[in-house]
Amino acid sequence: MSGVGKDRLDVFPSRMNMMVMRGRLKGAQKGHSLLKKKADALTMRFRQILAKIIDTKMLMGEVMKDAAFSLAEAKFIIGDVNQIVLQNVTKAQTKVRFKKDNVAGVSLPVFEHYADGSDTYELAGLSRGGQQVSKLKKNYGKAVELLVDLASLQTAFITLDEVIKITNRRVNAIEHVIIPRIENTLSYIISELDEREREEFYRLKKIQEKKKIIREKAEQRAAAMRAQGEYKEPANLLEEEHDSDLLFET
Amino acid sequence: MARMMKAGKLISVIGDEDTCTGFLLGGIGEMNKERKPNFLVVEKDTSVSEIEETFKSFVQRTDIAVILINQNIAELIRHVIDAHTNPIPAVLEIPSKDHPYDASKDSILRRAKGMFNPDDFR
Repeated sequence: MSGVGKDRLDVFPSRMNMMVMRGRLKGAQKGHSLLKKKADALTMRFRQILAKIIDTKMLMGEVMKDAAFSLAEAKFIIGDVNQIVLQNVTKAQTKVRFKKDNVAGVSLPVFEHYADGSDTYELAGLSRGGQQVSKLKKNYGKAVELLVDLASLQTAFITLDEVIKITNRRVNAIEHVIIPRIENTLSYIISELDEREREEFYRLKKIQEKKKIIREKAEQRAAAMRAQGEYKEPANLLEEEHDSDLLFET
Repeated sequence: MARMMKAGKLISVIGDEDTCTGFLLGGIGEMNKERKPNFLVVEKDTSVSEIEETFKSFVQRTDIAVILINQNIAELIRHVIDAHTNPIPAVLEIPSKDHPYDASKDSILRRAKGMFNPDDFR
């Protein structure tokens, strides 16, 4: 648990950096829980959309079958209409526009279809089969409506898929890289500070010891000199009783 | 970008003659100024590369929001469709008259398969 050699941030082990690291750890944990919540919200929406897509796809099969059938009916009455229709294309009547939907801060495009301009094939089937043609148009109009819905669901699906992947990546990065790194740094700082404290204590002890030895030696030397009578007590400034005045002689 | 958002976008079709006819009657066909239609009728003798080129050109056009493509035709250019990962334009695979819809071939559902089983939702 020394933190040395492990993946950690390059900081100087000081008390201030320890505080900074603690702050960062708190921030990372908060961010992690928030991102996790976001990922959960997105996944929930994602599942809803997926269920809806599958429903709509199944429904689409039915609608397309009806539409194809009504085309066959119309063909039976009128004869071949394909070339007339395919050649007479001018302006689109049904178009789509975008709206934005917001899920947990992710904007999803939503398609919305709308009719605009006149029907190009207003006169189609005028001579015969008018009812079949209008039924055909209605059926295909329904199909287009459904397909636009499906398209917006699918777009939302793809966008969400992407965003969920990114969010999960971030969650995992915080959980498995950033938080351990900060924790390693913290434990490194703590162990380093502890070690420094122990060293300091040891150093102080050592100095005390040294000082004691020096003092003892000095005393021994003084005692030896005193025994030989060579030792003179140092003049004591305070012992001098009388000091003659320098300025005001009496 | 904002201007593009406001303008109505088109739905394009790549499909057999009947599918195209039906959707055109539904009112989605448009000729643009270069006389390029927003649909492609795939006949028996239409080459795969032509379908591919048309699909790519539809993807690149900014006025197209949705591309409808018959599933049997989508099978022919599957690699191009799989390579298209942007959400817009949305590529939708639709059943054609003579090929029923097969959910297991759909590129979107296949993408979801890793997470979910499509049969669960039926």
